[in-house]
Amino acid sequence: MVNLGVKLKDLSLKNPVMTASGTFGFGEEFEDFIDLSNLGGILVKGTTRHHREGNPYPRMAETPSGMLNAVGLQNKGVENFCKEIYPRIKHYDTNILVNVSGSVIEDYVETAAMINELEYIPAIELNISCPNVKEGGMAFGTSCTSAASVVKAVREVYNKHLMVKLSPNVTDITEIAKAVEAEGADSVSLINTLLGMAIDAETRKPLLSTVTGGLSGPAVKPVALRMVWQVFNAVNIPIVGLGGIMNAKDAIEFILAGATAIQIGTANFIDPQVTEKVVVGIEDYMKRHNVQDINDLIGTLQIQ
Amino acid sequence: MKKLVQDFEVLQRKELNDEHFVLDVKALEPLPEIRPGQFVNVLVKDSNTTFLRRPLSIHFVDYEHNTISLYIKKIGDGTKKLGNLKEGDSLNIVYPLGNQYSIPNNANTLLVGGGCGVAPLLYLAKHLKEAGNNVTTLLGVRSEKDAVELDAYKEYGNILVTTEDGSFGEKGYPTQHSVLEKEKFDYVFTCGPEPMMKAVAAYSVQKNIPCEVSLENTMACGFGACLCCITETTEGNKCTCTEGPVFNINDLKW
Ligand SMILES: Cc1cc2nc3c(=O)[nH]c(=O)nc-3n(C[C@H](O)[C@H](O)[C@H](O)COP(=O)(O)OP(=O)(O)OC[C@H]3O[C@@H](n4cnc5c(N)ncnc54)[C@H](O)[C@@H]3O)c2cc1C
Ligand SMILES: Cc1cc2nc3c(=O)[nH]c(=O)nc-3n(C[C@H](O)[C@H](O)[C@H](O)COP(=O)(O)O)c2cc1C
Ligand code: FES
Repeated sequence: MVNLGVKLKDLSLKNPVMTASGTFGFGEEFEDFIDLSNLGGILVKGTTRHHREGNPYPRMAETPSGMLNAVGLQNKGVENFCKEIYPRIKHYDTNILVNVSGSVIEDYVETAAMINELEYIPAIELNISCPNVKEGGMAFGTSCTSAASVVKAVREVYNKHLMVKLSPNVTDITEIAKAVEAEGADSVSLINTLLGMAIDAETRKPLLSTVTGGLSGPAVKPVALRMVWQVFNAVNIPIVGLGGIMNAKDAIEFILAGATAIQIGTANFIDPQVTEKVVVGIEDYMKRHNVQDINDLIGTLQIQ
Repeated sequence: MKKLVQDFEVLQRKELNDEHFVLDVKALEPLPEIRPGQFVNVLVKDSNTTFLRRPLSIHFVDYEHNTISLYIKKIGDGTKKLGNLKEGDSLNIVYPLGNQYSIPNNANTLLVGGGCGVAPLLYLAKHLKEAGNNVTTLLGVRSEKDAVELDAYKEYGNILVTTEDGSFGEKGYPTQHSVLEKEKFDYVFTCGPEPMMKAVAAYSVQKNIPCEVSLENTMACGFGACLCCITETTEGNKCTCTEGPVFNINDLKW
């Protein structure tokens, strides 16, 4: 028996495979396809302080080896999550993490404080890729000072595991990673979607109602791997790697680059059973390579 | 209704005309209950331009032979690749997805289809007939060669056609067909290009007849996980793949 269990500081995962927020609903959408208890954790939909309708249709455009989305954080707000959704999903035998978003710091703080009270939610993932309305719409996660200020404020009210999800739309992601580590983040997850766009040449129109949107899927994997590797060499807190993971081989690559755990997003749309297959595939890889403990693989990229 | 991911085996591909074909695929395990209006999401293998699955309506279900038929229009890489499948090939399918058309009893029903939007109507016609309804199917096509599968519809009721060039049936669009004024219908169902569905919806509103439409919004997952497929309704955004694809026109902001 090989050991697949990993720890993100105090948060134990039975294996390194988690799902990415916004691609896995509340987990319920996948109950027909997989046994959620086989996963290390699930990230539920991006949750905000208040109800959001999201962006108008069309919100999705397929691109070579990937997709653009402009869902715009459609959700019913944190109160609805606590009252309606949480009671339905809290029994899942896996770690349930809530992805928390906001457009002003107070929203992040209030949302995090409410989720702090939920017994079976051991961690939140702070999505700092949202536009900061008070600072003119620039994403919190694209400047060290605003990233640090939102993490600092949330840290004061949230006393469980605080994961911070980093945006790749920055010049140097290690600076942001170091800034959130300094304010008490317990782990970082990366990457969120890369800003992109798609045009229909025939109609001369953008394919998304918002013109630009977030790119995900295998198209972003090389960028994501590079960023995980850079952040691994810059911080001491554990890293959760994601971006274009389609199979166990991809997942192993992220682990070798320094990720303690990984998340699977867009791949769930193509194969709703992919997460379970990745768990099995990681185990196979370890057996083939005579690795007893997954922890012995983390960050062991061999550079001559 | 439990959703499944399964490999199907291609039994045959029937070319209907240059653009349309029907693909009969056989399930390797007994088919679950499938309702009219539901759809499947198929994987197009070995193509990086067709990264996501392709949603396709369920055209017909044959429980005796454990097969599903898909009616497909070749428009881009994905549907063209599906048009190359041959007997014995395998096709990975997520199904059954979405809600369903309402099935009234003993009513005079009208089904209006255009383009690949005719896909769900055959299976719907079967269910309507079985529930004791009178079924009239009205298909809008460009010209005679596009008026296909008429015998299949005849099994379940009356079949009428409009062609844009007047080469078959009545000339014009389906909403210009004389039957709409001649006969009184109790229920209207439609699927096809949005302008056609909007015209059918306008007719139903004017005549005060309940009308259900099936939407073909672009989708990423097909089962409620991504919220990419939303449609605006009177109760806010709804998920086309789980709360649709069939909507009553009163709920849409048309
Ligand atoms: C619930 C549902 C049921 C459907 N049922 C059927 C069916 O039974 N038979 C059938 O032939 N087709 C059906 N469709 C449409 C079908 O899914 C698309 O035609 C197919 O995905 C196109 O793939 P492609 O790779 O061939 O074309 P692509 O290369 O993806 O697209 C070619 C062009 O068509 C446009 N396009 C593609 N899909 C859509 C769409 N859904 N709405 C508007 N524009 C689009 C693209 O923007 C592009 O310009 C259905 C769609 C939905 C959502
Ligand atoms: C449809 C969709 C919705 C998403 N919603 C969120 C979200 O609410 N919060 C968030 O932090 N990331 C969101 N993401 C980003 C993913 O969690 C993930 O970071 C990104 O897609 C890269 O991983 P992937 O290539 O495996 O999908 C979303 C992605 C997609 C495709
Ligand atoms: S297509 Fe993903 S929610 Fe409808």
